[in-house]
Order: sequence, then structure tokens, then C-alpha cells
Amino acid sequence: MAEKIQAILDHQQIEVAPGTSILEAAALVNVKIPTLCHHDDLQVAGNCRVCLVEIEGRDVLEAACATPLSQGMVIHTLSPKVRRARRDIVSLLVSEHKTQCTTCFRSMNCELQSLSAEYNVDNVTYQSLLDESEPVDNSSWSIEKDTSKCIRCQRCIRSCSDIQHVNALDVFGRGSNMKISTFMNLPMNEIVCTNCGQCVVHCPTGALTERRYNNEVWDALGDPEKFVAINTAPSVRAGLGEMFGLAPGTPVTGKMVAALRKMGFDAVLDTDFAADLTIMEEGSELLQRLTMKFRDGKDIPIPMLTSCSPGWVKFIEHMYADLLGHLSTAKSPQQMFGAVLKTYYAQKKGLNPQDIVCVAGMPCAAKKYEANRPEMKASGFQDVDMGLTTRELGYMIKQAGIDFNSLPDEDFDPVMGESSGAGAIFGTTGGVMEAALRTVYEIITDREIPFSNLDIQPVRGMQEIKEASLLLENCKPEYSFLEGLELKIAVVHGLTNARDIMNQVAAGESPYHFIEIMACPGGCIGGGGAPIPTTKEIREQRALALYKEDAGKPVRKSHENPEIKQIYDEFLKEPLSDISHRLLHTHYQKRRRY
Amino acid sequence: MNENENHSSGIIKKSDLIFAQYKTMYTVLESSLQLSAEQIIETMLDSGLRGRGGAGFPTAKKWQAAASVPAVQRFVICNADEGEPGTFKDKAILRQVPRKVLTGMALCAKAIQATEGYIYLRAEYRNLADELQAHIDIFHEYCDRFKLDFRVKIFMGQGAYVCGEETALIESMEGKRGEPRNKPPFPTEVGYLGKPTVVNNVETFATAMIIFKVGASEYKKLGTPDSRGSKLFSVSGDTRKPGVHELELGMSLYDFVKEFGDGDTKAVQVGGAAGMCVPRREFKNTIIGFEGVPTGGSMILFNSKRSMYNVLHNYLDFFNQESCGQCTPCRVGCQQLLLGTEAVKKGEKDTVYLEQLIRLTETMRIGSKCGLGRSVGNAFNSIVENFKEEILY
Ligand SMILES: Cc1cc2nc3c(=O)[nH]c(=O)nc-3n(C[C@H](O)[C@H](O)[C@H](O)COP(=O)(O)O)c2cc1C
Ligand code: SF4
Ligand code: SF4
Ligand code: SF4
Ligand code: SF4
Ligand code: FES
Repeated sequence: MAEKIQAILDHQQIEVAPGTSILEAAALVNVKIPTLCHHDDLQVAGNCRVCLVEIEGRDVLEAACATPLSQGMVIHTLSPKVRRARRDIVSLLVSEHKTQCTTCFRSMNCELQSLSAEYNVDNVTYQSLLDESEPVDNSSWSIEKDTSKCIRCQRCIRSCSDIQHVNALDVFGRGSNMKISTFMNLPMNEIVCTNCGQCVVHCPTGALTERRYNNEVWDALGDPEKFVAINTAPSVRAGLGEMFGLAPGTPVTGKMVAALRKMGFDAVLDTDFAADLTIMEEGSELLQRLTMKFRDGKDIPIPMLTSCSPGWVKFIEHMYADLLGHLSTAKSPQQMFGAVLKTYYAQKKGLNPQDIVCVAGMPCAAKKYEANRPEMKASGFQDVDMGLTTRELGYMIKQAGIDFNSLPDEDFDPVMGESSGAGAIFGTTGGVMEAALRTVYEIITDREIPFSNLDIQPVRGMQEIKEASLLLENCKPEYSFLEGLELKIAVVHGLTNARDIMNQVAAGESPYHFIEIMACPGGCIGGGGAPIPTTKEIREQRALALYKEDAGKPVRKSHENPEIKQIYDEFLKEPLSDISHRLLHTHYQKRRRY
Repeated sequence: MNENENHSSGIIKKSDLIFAQYKTMYTVLESSLQLSAEQIIETMLDSGLRGRGGAGFPTAKKWQAAASVPAVQRFVICNADEGEPGTFKDKAILRQVPRKVLTGMALCAKAIQATEGYIYLRAEYRNLADELQAHIDIFHEYCDRFKLDFRVKIFMGQGAYVCGEETALIESMEGKRGEPRNKPPFPTEVGYLGKPTVVNNVETFATAMIIFKVGASEYKKLGTPDSRGSKLFSVSGDTRKPGVHELELGMSLYDFVKEFGDGDTKAVQVGGAAGMCVPRREFKNTIIGFEGVPTGGSMILFNSKRSMYNVLHNYLDFFNQESCGQCTPCRVGCQQLLLGTEAVKKGEKDTVYLEQLIRLTETMRIGSKCGLGRSVGNAFNSIVENFKEEILY
């Protein structure tokens, strides 16, 4: 263990491990240093320079985020020299900025806005350098890019490279021409982009936002001809409270339902129901593949990869198109939901599917794109009409004048409103795997999965790659060919990690049978449509909220959800049936890598 | 300061060490390789050599630092990006005495136990590459003969001034965009491919060779205690003798102008765009060297016909184009300086606005990430303060 570093920060004696940055050390003693280019999820950049601090004996200031403490350092974070420089730097950023807070989606949640307010920055010290020559790029279904609000902190670039390894964004030009751009400056819908929105959740300003559909949703709500049904993903209830000042991880399921009902949705339904449906289909597909391989000796692609994260799906279509055969054909819960809403639900309720508007509340940017994929019309109509992020949903609730925090808890509407605990944990990394194993193991062995309280601990938590194996013993006669098989599974989140796992698959060296992959760090609870900020600690809290929800549910397994039994009895017949295939499964396409 | 103390001799001392042509091939290398790594560094330390690329970091310290970091691999990089406006001395060295540079690199390699070296060659110097490669091929034969495990490759630069900054240079060599890194860690600790790396200027390596040729004690007789030795100057502008000249360090600018001026010198830009503009009345008080105004070698003379507003405008244009743009004070600061200077000239901004801009250069100096942004104020302040009339009217 290396020797501790002793230093003095704002007259306080501190002792830290070697390598600790001044910024980290300051946080330990509750000294807040402003930052813009820094984000805990990303590599250090040290380019915005608002975190400058003074170190005794050094003439120039140093960036707190990028400077490790050294023995005996004496640091001042608030000397006149520091304060003047910081204010000047924020003024400079404002001078090239399209300051438009009254109409900006990030207003009140913008790091530049808060800093300029804190430092009382004016817009007369410097001349305006605003360049509006570049129009807002709203070509993508998911992401909107407004260069005139960009502070060039490169957080988006680092998100796309560090977390996602997609590298869709890069710096172009030097000096006064330097800006963040796409490959060959192409519009966002023409580049290799997964629509995951990690660039958006990590952007400190309004330069990158989700493409918004809340006005269209309001229009639909106001249209008496339309039956507007909303379904909300597991992670929305784990994050929505943050939009109303509640601590991360505060579960707000009941309040959310109440609020949506007040807003005028004709049906408030649960994506968790569709998550259970996904497990039925995806789990059955896994069994089918295992059967074909181990009983029939067929050459079927194993490991099977999950397909419920549309950012990941687009990634594999671009980057590992040769391995698409490994991807489960099961649609994501959002798309399953839309397809059965406009068929099964419509029939049951006597509605004309043409009049149904399917709104999806998602912690995700990629699902906006997914909803608009041309093949997603299994019901004969666009299955999902509009996708909203948790953030948009939060603003809509505010627009409706609803005092969210004082709402009573309400329950989802029946038919596609009921879910199991397995559906709830879909929102976190490891959740899909856990939900699938609870069902699949039971189908194979007729016994509950051998984990105390059904909690499959090895797939929980935020490790980048989680692995587990499960010995299949005393299988039911029809699955005797699996007897003694050690079922190997892996769980990854973040596409950089997915790449490592996929390189193994590509090399034919993957030891696994089943792999869960989610595009965003932490899974959907860290999604591109989740509340900002999203950090590791916040993701952990949101995940806990989902595990709590699971633990509190009377039904913990997808196949025991009564509404799931009902839809198979009345409509789908059985998993992987013809009708299930038509409505709940999809196909993929090869896309170019560059 | 007392005038007489400062320009001691009154005579400018020319020197002819760097361009001296030797008849023998690599004999200095052969004999110096008999020395241990420690002895090589010892000799360099004794010579007092400070880097010739501009910043003047003691060369021996840099080698020592790289040698002392535990590593399986280390690199030697010769910085031949020579992008400072008004500098062309590295080109002359590479063309006329490349063996000196290669010898210097080999000595550094021995000192830090590196087996690979690179010459980062400015994009505009592409036409030097073939001939240089031929020299490198012969050099490799001598390395083999002397049992020195060392190979040098040419890396073509990308035509950006900022890539001359050592960490941006390394980024660019690693195939990334040429943006300066945070320091620490310095390249001697975490350099090319994350390995300890010495980056030195072309002239620094050539001078290292000379030190081993003439001996450290002989070498340090030249110059002053703070600025040992002689160095090359790229003289341009309104001068009678444009070109590369080797001069002893420590002379006064007055003597320099007497030798090189056209009789009407109004100011000298010492050290290129990143350097200082010294007006005539300061010539006698200005020592060229690390104790006075340091320079990587660029000396641009301006006579009274020049508009200092245009001079300043050119520099600001240059910085606006050449800043890598990553850090706020430099990217936005450069633009504000340019726009602000123009506005004051046009009367759109009050003359006091210049003071705001001078304060801005202080933010840039103390707040920028690399030497580029930190040094913009040198030219700006020295021109604005000394030639205010010309800037305003
Ligand atoms: C913007 C900028 C440009 C630079 N350009 C060069 C250059 O072209 N050549 C050079 O030798 N050093 C250049 N330097 C200095 C290098 O960063 C580095 O200090 C030098 O190569 C070290 O060599 P030396 O110690 O031998 O001088 C530049 C520095 C900055 C900040
Ligand atoms: S990005 Fe921030 S500062 Fe800019 S207009 Fe939007 S809220 Fe205001
Ligand atoms: S949405 Fe995802 S893939 Fe696309 S640019 Fe942003 S971070 Fe990269
Ligand atoms: S788009 Fe956002 S994250 Fe990217 S550089 Fe601009 S301000 Fe930073
Ligand atoms: S000071 Fe200028 S050149 Fe240096 S890192 Fe900052 S923007 Fe780039
Ligand atoms: S937060 Fe440290 S430089 Fe940006």
C-alpha cells in the first residue's frame, strides 16, 4: 500500500490515497469545485477549465479534475485569482453560447445555466461570438443536436467512446472552428449511431437532447376520437421521482399511475406486463435453441443474445451483423406491448385499433427510433406511436399542474396492467437474465430456481461483466437431454463491454449459452432517457428501487402472472405459436459499419 | 536596470559549432557509447544545456526523469515539427547535419535505455524525408557496428502548429487528434504508448552531440550561467541578413539589432508568435536568453514602415486557427482578442476595452491547458502596451 498523500485544501488538512485528484479530495471535505467537462462516468478531460484552483508555489492555476494531489500541496479553491479566472471562463462560454434559457429543454437542469447564475455572469463583458450557421439537427428519431448550445466539453464524445465504443461523435476543426461533429458532418440519422442517448444524459447543456414528442402526445390526449393508452417501463418508476426532487431510488409507481390518469390517458398500463411476455417468448426461444442443439444436434447459434435493448440491437446490426443469428427474435417489451395493444386489447375492449394511440414512457432514447422502425407494424398499424423519455414525462406532469409528491397511490388498469416481480427488474442490468432463469429453470426442472428468496445474486450489481452457471439436474423427462448441463450465462451492460463479449462470440470462443446485453450502463435505469444527472450512485439507487418492487410483489415469476396466463389462453395460445411469431417476434438487418 | 551591466561585451559572438562538418562518420557516437548511461547524463548535466524548443527545460533532467521511471520500453522523440512562425533552423539542421541529430538521439537512447526513436517531421518538410531516411539507414548500420540496439523512424506530422507541443505530438503519433494532454503525468513518465518518453527539439539533440564532441566544460564556456552555449537563430523580417545564424546566448537585443537590423528597426518579435515583442527603447535592456527574453530561435525584425496593428492581427489570426480549440480560455479567448482588437480599431469599443482584453490574457495565461493558450498574452500585451497608438488609430 503506497504512502498516503498529505495536503492542505482551503486550510483543512487532508489525507488521501495517491492518485486522488484535487476534485475528488475536495469532495471528501465537502468543498464544492464547479465542473463542466468532468463526469464521474467518463475519463478525465480537463478542457473546460472551470475547476481551476490555485496551488501555492505555482504561478498558473491547475484543473482540479485533472491534477492529482502531491505530497505537501497547499491548495486554495476560492482565492481571488481563482474566482476571477472561473468567472471569466464562464463568461467566455456564454459569449459563444446561444443563451435561450426560456425556450430550452434543459433550462433549470443545465450546468452552464447554474454556473453562470452562480457567478453572476453578464453578456456585456465580451462580444457575442454566437454562430448560428449550423441548423439544429433533428434528423434522428431519437437525438436532437443543437451546436449553438454546445460548450465543447466533449462529454458526448467520451460517452460514445468510453461507454459505448461507437465513436459516432468527434471533434472537428481547430481553434475558432472547433466543434463536435459526426462522421463527415452527416446528419444524425445517417451515421452509425445506436440512438442510445448516452451522449444526451451526459451532456451538461441543451446541445444534445432527445427528440421530443410531448406535444404530439398532448394533441392525442385532447382528441376525443382517440383512445390514448400509455405504458411505462420499469425504470420510469424508479427515476421519475427525481424529476420532482425526490431522492434517487424513491419508488413512485402509484403516484405515477395517478398522475398519468389525471393527465387524461384512457388507459394506464404497464410495460412490465410486456416484460413478462418477453420472458415467455425469449425464454421459450432459449429452450428451443437448447433443444435443437442438445437433442437434435443441429447447428443453431448459441449463445443466444437478448434483444430487448434497442440500442444494443442497432449496435449489433452495425458492428456484428454476421452474428445476428445469435440474437433472440423476441421483440422488446415496448414493441410487444404495442403489437398486442392494437390487437388483443382492442378486441377485448371493443376498440378500433385505428383509434388507439400507443404511448410508451421509457427511460430510453433508442426506443423512439425503435418505435419508428418500418417493420414494427405487426398489428397492421404503427404498433407504438410515440415514445417519451422519463424526462419528457416529468415535464408533462408539471405542465398538467399536478402536485406529484402529494398524489395518492393508484394501480394500473386491468388487462395488460398486471406484472410480476420478474417484469419489474427488467430495468436493471441482470434483471432480464434473472427473470428468464426464474421461468426457464422451472420449465426444465419443475422446481423453483435454487436461490434463496428467488434472488439470483450473482447477476445483480454493477460489475461490468457478470457470469454465472447453473447445473441442470433432475430435469423433467422431456428435457432429459439437458440433464447435467452446466448452463452458463453472462450479463453485460454498456456497449464497450458488449464488444468484449461479442469478440469472444465472433471468435467462436464464447463459453456461454445465454447472454444478456443492455446498451446503457446499469441497464435501462441508466438509460439515455433517464433523469439527469445519472451517475453510478444514482444508478445503484434506482436499481435498488426495482429490486424492492420485485421483493414486494405477490407474483415473482413471469409465467405466474395471471394476465399472462390469460393472454396465452385467450389469444396467443402458447409461446412461439404462429400468432406469437407474427406479433411478438421480429427480424434484423445488416447495417453498414461506417 | 543599469544599462552597462546588461550588454557586457557590445560585440555579438558568432559561433560555428552546429553546422561544422566533420570528415569522419559517427566517431563521436562510437567514443561516447563507451560511457555508461549515468556518465552520459552526468555530462549533459555538467553542460547546463537547456532545451532549444522554446521552454528551456534542462535536458539532462528530462533524460534522468525518463530513465528513472521503471518501464520495459522507453522512447526517444525528436521534435521536428518546427511550426513557430519565423523559425526555420531545425530544417537547416536536418538538411545539413542530420548525423549530429541522430547521434544526439542515440546518446539519449543509451542514457534512458530506449530502443526506438522517432523524428516527428513537420508536414511541410516532407521533401526532406527521403534524404533523411537515407541518413537513417546508414546510421542504423553504425548502430549495429557499435552494438547499439536502436532504430529511428520518421513520423510525418499533420500540419498543425499545436502538434509541436510534446503531448499533442504524442497523441498525434498515437493516431489521435493532436490535442495536448493534462500534465502531470509528463511524457517522461507516461509518454508515447504510455511509456516513458523523451521529447527534445532537433537542435537540442544536435547540441547534445556537440557537447560530447567538445566536452561539457568547453561547451559551457559559451553563454551565461543561465543560458549556456550557443544556439541557432532564425532571423527574418526587415533584416539585412535573413537566415539561420548561430550566436552565443546572453547577448543584448541592442547588439543583435546592430548586426541584423536595417537601421530602422522599431521592434523585434523574439520567440515567434508565442514570444514577446520588444520595442526599440528596450533593446539595450533586453538579454536574449533564459534570464531575459527566451526564444526557440525565431527573431523577426520590424522597421518603422510596419503597422503593428497588422502584426498583432496576424498573430491573433494565427492563434485563432492554430489553437486546438479544446480548452475554453484559449479557444474563446483567442476569438475575443481578435474581435475585440478589431472593434477597438473600428471605434466600436472604447479604448478601455483593451484593458479588459489584457485581463483576459491573464486568464488565458493562468487558465489554459497548454503553452499555446498560456503564451498568447505575450505578443498581445507587449504589442498593445508598447504600440497602443498604432492599435487604436
Ligand atoms: C503550441 C506549442 C508548439 C510547440 N512547437 C514546438 C516545435 O515545433 N518544436 C519544438 O521543438 N518544440 C515545440 N514546442 C515545445 C515542446 O512542447 C517541447 O517543450 C519541446 O519539444 C521540448 O524539447 P526541448 O526540451 O529540447 O526544447 C511547442 C510547444 C507548444 C506549447
Ligand atoms: S443550454 Fe443551458 S444555458 Fe443554454 S439556453 Fe439551454 S438552459 Fe440556457
Ligand atoms: S446516441 Fe449513443 S451511439 Fe449515438 S452518438 Fe449518442 S452515445 Fe453515440
Ligand atoms: S454536445 Fe453537449 S456534451 Fe457534447 S461537447 Fe457539446 S455541450 Fe458537451
Ligand atoms: S491552450 Fe489552446 S492549444 Fe492548448 S490545449 Fe487549450 S485550446 Fe488547445
Ligand atoms: S471540470 Fe476540470 S477542466 Fe473541466
